[in-house]
Amino acid sequence: MTATLTRLPAADTLRVATSGSVDDGKSTLIGRLLYDTKAILADQLATVERDTARRGGAGMDLALLTDGLTAEREQGITIDVAYRYFATPRRRFILADTPGHEQYTRNMVTGTSHADLAILLVDARQGISPQTKRHAALVGLLRTPHVALAVNKMDLVGFDRAVYERLRAEFLALAAPLGFESVTPIPMSALDGDMVVERGERLGWYEGPTLLQLLETAATTRRSEGRWRYPVQLVSRSRYGERADSRGYLGRVESGSVSVNDEVRVWPSGVAARVAQIVTLDGTLETAGAGRSVSIILDRQVDIARGDLLTHVADAPVVTDAFEARLAWLASSPLDARRAYLIKHGTAVVKAKVLSVEDRLDIHTLQPIPGSAELAANDIGRVRIRTARVLPLDRYADVRATGSFLLIDEATNATVAAGLIEELASHG
Amino acid sequence: MTILSHLDELESEAIHILREVVAETRNPALLFSGGKDSIVMLRVAEKAFRPDRFPFPLLHIDTEHNFDEVIAFRDARAKALGERLLVRSVGDSIRTGRVVLRRPDESRNVHQSVTLLDAIQEHGFDALFGGARRDEEKARAKERVISHRNEFGQWDPRNQRPELWNLYNARVAPGEHLRVFPISNWTELDVWQYIRREALEVPSIYFAHAREVVERRGLLAPVTELTPARAGEKGVRRTVRFRTVGDITCTCPVASEASTLDQIIAETAATTVTERGATRMDDQTSEASMELRKKEGYF
Repeated sequence: MTATLTRLPAADTLRVATSGSVDDGKSTLIGRLLYDTKAILADQLATVERDTARRGGAGMDLALLTDGLTAEREQGITIDVAYRYFATPRRRFILADTPGHEQYTRNMVTGTSHADLAILLVDARQGISPQTKRHAALVGLLRTPHVALAVNKMDLVGFDRAVYERLRAEFLALAAPLGFESVTPIPMSALDGDMVVERGERLGWYEGPTLLQLLETAATTRRSEGRWRYPVQLVSRSRYGERADSRGYLGRVESGSVSVNDEVRVWPSGVAARVAQIVTLDGTLETAGAGRSVSIILDRQVDIARGDLLTHVADAPVVTDAFEARLAWLASSPLDARRAYLIKHGTAVVKAKVLSVEDRLDIHTLQPIPGSAELAANDIGRVRIRTARVLPLDRYADVRATGSFLLIDEATNATVAAGLIEELASHG
Repeated sequence: MTILSHLDELESEAIHILREVVAETRNPALLFSGGKDSIVMLRVAEKAFRPDRFPFPLLHIDTEHNFDEVIAFRDARAKALGERLLVRSVGDSIRTGRVVLRRPDESRNVHQSVTLLDAIQEHGFDALFGGARRDEEKARAKERVISHRNEFGQWDPRNQRPELWNLYNARVAPGEHLRVFPISNWTELDVWQYIRREALEVPSIYFAHAREVVERRGLLAPVTELTPARAGEKGVRRTVRFRTVGDITCTCPVASEASTLDQIIAETAATTVTERGATRMDDQTSEASMELRKKEGYF
């Protein structure tokens, strides 16, 4: 296979997130994946060899490819989400390499929120750790559809099938209630490359896909079926095309699709209109599907501002100013119910109060602990929220874009929590 | 149902980011150097805002060590778009004593940060769009789409805002600002494919041309008035092109016969050396060169 063939990107993109505990060999696995798909170039290899030697090692420490920051190199850990890009003849990949270290779990949530597939790493010698359970819970909470369990360091347990089977059974039991579309355990040695891109010769008893085969075949989540959701980003008063005085509502289709003549409603006002035109710089469209940035023109003058949401008439969101949500607390300072927070939902930013903490997840059992009053860094808990004005909400399970929100500290502007809406009282 | 092509998906993502930041900040600007990444940024801005004018000016921090072709292109492009171009120069910062050089011939690349931060203060910008990509460099690979900078313009990699889903937090306190990278997820190959698809003009030095160079530490250093051959070096004429068009004193061309976009794309897909590895002298001084520059306010 020539380099040209390997690196010319194919039609679609799979977003992948990796997470694992500090010593599971995650950076080595990514280095291996990039190296064996020829995504690492000669000068990067030369740098890794030089840096390995500088640290007193020999050959190439593939982990040095991904640990980009000085502190990471000094401490031998991964602090921040790093993004990697590679392609095979079948697909283009965006890989979010997220930290396993407990205090940086917020970055794992960040990387995983974009993912179609999550790779969880375990060390075959250590088995399923509390960190693995926490990561599995987070990936489940964020509803990443596909999970690969990379049972790594099989070389250090003599490629023993019994070790793999035990971990596999334990993880499948653990993952069953988390609702993944697919869970694929794969035995491997990232250090030597077995079952990452190449099958190798020492895991002959394993008949499933290699990691790369799994990545090349998993379905992506950006689908145009489902409810159409269009948060309005900006309003343009320019004259578009032949429709004098018509305003353009700039935004991106976050889910579903919309066509000219569709009957739509504006939220939270509930006013109805029809789609007159879908405009781009390259001309008008009949239909715009998920992911597409466009400008929409309606058939009549209605009052629409940034922060409003357009949907089809037929599948309205729940419009409410009081709801329960699951929060993943990301900030180092804990939730303070006396503080003012802002919610960013779609393109709307509204003041919000956290009225109470209903429960907090025990990371070992994944069971809610009721009666918890506090949420601190890396905690996941259920809260009751009240907002200063109504928001058009969906369940996260139904529509990611309108079932999720950020909680922002009004004083520091920091993003302090990620919110997911699990249940809504009623439709209306 | 149609699935967006990968270029459409990247383009729509960049449009979305531009619009979000324009909506949430008071006074943004877009950095435009005349290089290929900022040429893509201008095209994405057209897609995001036309038929309206851009809701921000263009800003170039000029080291005064740029290739003439690129500066001429920069001015022509801004004029053709009918958009306002602000230029602030590192030379002025040197003449007014804001930047002190240790040697008259040292690279001005790192000193752009001072001029940039002064320009931000002068105009009160609270957000700057830049064409940096995560595939360029290891420290860039860890950068957010929206990078928060303190009042000294510094990047604190340990204290960046988490970015989840497609929700961006572009809130910024007075005196602080954001650096925003809408084409974070693009690769060098994506940029050239997009330039071909959109039929965008680029400065002529991106294509193969004859140029006098010297071989230095495995790179081909251009021989110019600013960068003459050093003692013992012998200039040779080679057919080369630039993969990146930064400051003359630290940007090197590569040997290439590629004289069309198709040929550049084929070459980019088959290359065995990264964009910066082939071209930049300033990244080779230490493992953490880019990280250190970013912490001081560099892009």
